[in-house]
This record gives sequence, C-alpha cells and structure tokens, in this order.
Amino acid sequence: MSANQLTLWYLVASVLFIFALKGLSSPVMARRGNLFGMTGMGIAVLVTLAVVARGNVAAILLAMLAGGSFGAFVARRVEMTQMPELVAAMHSLVGMAAVLIAIAAVNNPSAFGIVSNLRDPMPTGNKLELFIGTFVGAITFSGSVIAFGKLAGLGKRFRLFSSAPVVFPGQHWLNLAIGLVMIGFGVAFFLSPGEAWAPFILMTGLAFMLGFLIIIPIGGADMPVVISMLNSYSGWAAAGIGFSLNNAMLIIAGSLVGSSGAILSYIMCKAMNRSFISVILGGFGAAEGAAAAGTEQKTVKSGSAEDAGFMMQNAESVVIVPGYGLAVARAQHAVKEMAQLLADKGISVRFAIHPVAGRMPGHMNVLLAEAEVPYDQVFEMEDINGEMGTTDVVLVLGANDVVNPLAYEKGSPIYGMPIIDVHKARTVLVNKRSMAAGYAGLDNPLFYMDKTMMVFGDAKKVVDDIVKSLH
Amino acid sequence: MGGTVDPTVINLLVFVLAVFVGYHVIWNVTPALHTPLMSVTNAISSVIIVGAVLAAAPTETDFGTVLGVIAVALASVNVAGGFLVTQRMLEMFRKKEPKKAKSEAA
Repeated sequence: MSANQLTLWYLVASVLFIFALKGLSSPVMARRGNLFGMTGMGIAVLVTLAVVARGNVAAILLAMLAGGSFGAFVARRVEMTQMPELVAAMHSLVGMAAVLIAIAAVNNPSAFGIVSNLRDPMPTGNKLELFIGTFVGAITFSGSVIAFGKLAGLGKRFRLFSSAPVVFPGQHWLNLAIGLVMIGFGVAFFLSPGEAWAPFILMTGLAFMLGFLIIIPIGGADMPVVISMLNSYSGWAAAGIGFSLNNAMLIIAGSLVGSSGAILSYIMCKAMNRSFISVILGGFGAAEGAAAAGTEQKTVKSGSAEDAGFMMQNAESVVIVPGYGLAVARAQHAVKEMAQLLADKGISVRFAIHPVAGRMPGHMNVLLAEAEVPYDQVFEMEDINGEMGTTDVVLVLGANDVVNPLAYEKGSPIYGMPIIDVHKARTVLVNKRSMAAGYAGLDNPLFYMDKTMMVFGDAKKVVDDIVKSLH
Repeated sequence: MGGTVDPTVINLLVFVLAVFVGYHVIWNVTPALHTPLMSVTNAISSVIIVGAVLAAAPTETDFGTVLGVIAVALASVNVAGGFLVTQRMLEMFRKKEPKKAKSEAA
C-alpha cells in the first residue's frame, strides 16, 4: 500500500470519527454513530497492519487480542455507578501509550517513517512535537491514576488518593518550579543533536511527577471537572504524537477529543459556578460539612416516608431531583419503581437533572437510563426550571447545593450558580441523611421554608418505604 | 516564497481545522449523553494504537519494539473497552416504545 493510499484511508477513518461524535446529538442517532466510530477504528488498525505486514505482526496481534479481550471484559462487567473510575483508568492508558510510543520514536525514528534511513536522528521540528506529546501523555497518565484512586475511594488505604484535597505549603510554587524545569529539559532535548536520552528521560520523569502533584490538591467535589480535563489532555497527547509522526488522522482524532474534554470542563465549571483556575489550584471542599447551620436556631419540618408518599399521591405533578446521594445509595432502581407507581395513578412524573448531578458529566442520565427511566421523562435544568412554579410536589433526593436558593442572593459564595428552582414549587420534599452542609459548606434556606418537609434517612431506604406506602 | 511546505505547517493546518470541527460537533452533543461522549472519545483517542503498531513493527527487536507491543496492548484495552461500554450505555437509552424525541438543551 502506498503512503498516499494509507493517508486516504486515514481520512476515511477521521471522517467516521467525526460522525461518531455527531451521532451523540440525539439518543436515536447515537448507536449508529458508535458503529461509525468502530468502523473508523477498524479501518485505521487494518490499513496500518497492512503496511507493517512484514514486521512483528504476530506479537502485535497477540497484544491486541490480550488488551482487547480485557477491555471487552471490563466493558461488560463495569457497574454504571463506576463509570467515572473506568473513564479515569482509560485516560491513564491513553497517556501511558502516548509516552511509550514517544520513547520508541526517540529510539528508532525510522520505524515511523519520520526519517528514511535506519538510525538517522530525528529532525528538530518533530522533536519539539514529540516533547509536547510526551509530557502531556505523562501528566495524563499520573493525573488519571490519582483521579482513579480518588473516585474509587482508595483514600482510606493511601492518603495520596484521599478525596479530600491533599495540600501543603508552597505547593503551587513547587508545581510551577517542576513545570519550568521540565520545560527546560524539553528545550534541551529539542536543541541537542542526536537522540539526547538524558534530557528526554528527565523531562518525562518530571512530567509524571507533575501529573500526581496537580491532581492531589483537587477535592472530590471537583471530580467532574478533573475527569473532563484529563479527557481533554488525553486528546492533546494523541494529537501531539500525531504531529511528531506526521499523521493527520491522529491529529484530527486527538483534536476532536481534546476540544470535547475542554468543552465539558467548561460546562462543568459553569454549572458549579467556579472558575477553571480555582478548580485547578484545588483545595476546595476541605471544610466539607464543617460550616452547617448559622448562629440562629432554625427549625425544620420533618416527616416520614409514608407522609412523603401520601403527599405525592395527592399531587397532579411531581418532579424528582436526583443528586449524587442517590447514586451513592444505589437507589435509582427503587426511584424508577416509585415513578412508575405514581405514573400509574395518573400523576405526571418528571426528572430534573442538574449538569453536575453525579460524579461526571451526564452521569445521572446514564444511571436513570440504566434503571429504565424513559429519557423523555428526564429533563435538563434549563428545560424544566420554567415549569417549577406550577409543580405540586418536588422530591429532592440526595442533592443540596444544586437546589440552594442562596444562589440568587448577592454576596453568597454560590451567587450566580445555576440551580434547579425547586423553591418555586408548591411543596418540596427533601431527602437527606442529615442536616450536614453540602460540598460548598453552605446552609440551605430551602430546608427551612414553610412548604418544605425533610425526610431524613438513606435515599434507598426512604424511596423503598415510599414505594411500600404507594402500593 | 518558494520550496515545499514543511510537514509541520500542514500538521498545524489540519490541527486548527480539526479543533474547529470538534468545537462545533461537541456543542451539539445533548447533555444527557455526556458520559457516553467521554467513553467514546476515550476510544477515539486510542487511535494512537496506530503509532503503537508502527513502534512494535520492526523485526529487529529492541526495547523500542517491546514498548511498542506494550502500547498496542494498552491502547487495545481502550479501543475495545471504550466502544463496547459506550454501546452498552447507548442501549440503555434505547426507547421502549415510540414517543416523540426529547428536545435538546442548547
């Protein structure tokens, strides 16, 4: 196969990747889009194998078989609540693969067609790009390992993985210093003739370290941003490798992924009313649960699950606002049963999803879809907020900051954060385990409103009790 | 002006255009499908498997080819895992009975 033919096949694959992403604009088209993506990947791998047909193909196929079957096994077994961990783990693999490819490219540039003769040194331009691809890949790898540990709750065994931010004095200066030294070695690698292993290895090592250090101070609440950001990095790493190998398909695929992750980070930051810089600098969420009720003693009305069931039964319209607490309690199937029972009684039941409900973008939608809640009962915040005023009963399950009306009060720390306007509904039922504050460490005036009834307890237990009372 | 265009310049051209395409395509993704978006982008970025195959290919085995083979294995985990888990999630969004399509948020 000529280089031109190969490149044209890569173009076909790139277009298929774009279609794969385009399909995700609606749940109806998405499955076909995914097939396009798989086809594109199949083409890319097959034509590349055809090019290297006289090489080490047996070992390559064996590696594909081993990795592919492990990936398929995990994809089949993973729980939907564990999706954030899976995605973090997969980001780390992309990062590591990028670093390994970069090392192999420094070792033997001719294998990639960067230079025509065996053992020719790599051109300087390619070295610059290789350096970028390598350090982004290394940061993606180690950052994702930490993110994985935090998401998987390994913090109890290793403090490094603690979901509370790990902070120490001078942290940001240390990171800055490491970053500058890393770039220094990168420039040394770029400028020195020949292979220049020493600066390359030092730079890669520092990049791994930097990945760990920049993710440890970021708290559990900011994970949706971190995971989107690492998604973006993994794309830029792939694009960087594409630059150094002069491979347009890698550049296109990497840029698509990079911009996807960047946009998701932006959406998540906006939904949490935080600036990207403040998330990256970390330290947020350290005072979790510390600052609860203010000085004055305020009273809340609390009731039982049966009371809640009775109120919903007598409503005409019910909106359910699921939050992270619902995912933790694994109550989504019980919620689906409750929604079904209410709908059978002729009550309009809808779900309202805040963009940061769950632990990664769109997580709550997947959890509800898994519980077989039809997606046309599930509404995004902007689509349902206008109808909150005419809703009889809102049931808030394990959400707090995203329904806090303080977001409308100037001077409050969360002023300006987009929230679901549950305080406008006629009756509000709030399920929480206790009166502890949410991630923002703020009290929530919603709980003290006359029309609010608190239902304390584990989300799953409470919903199960409501289901019983509805029978 | 004269001579051939440096490949790096062509790469840059492709890169900038691809970022534009990415920007426009991704803003059209419905928020309900952001999790499948992340898993499928994971699979797509694993197209670096192409680079890994090239790294692993030389018959003269040295540590570079060994790293290449390892990279092929790592990227394969993502390729298979990413696409299959996306497929699994999208199946959950399959409609049970025909209804009108959900309106998309901007």
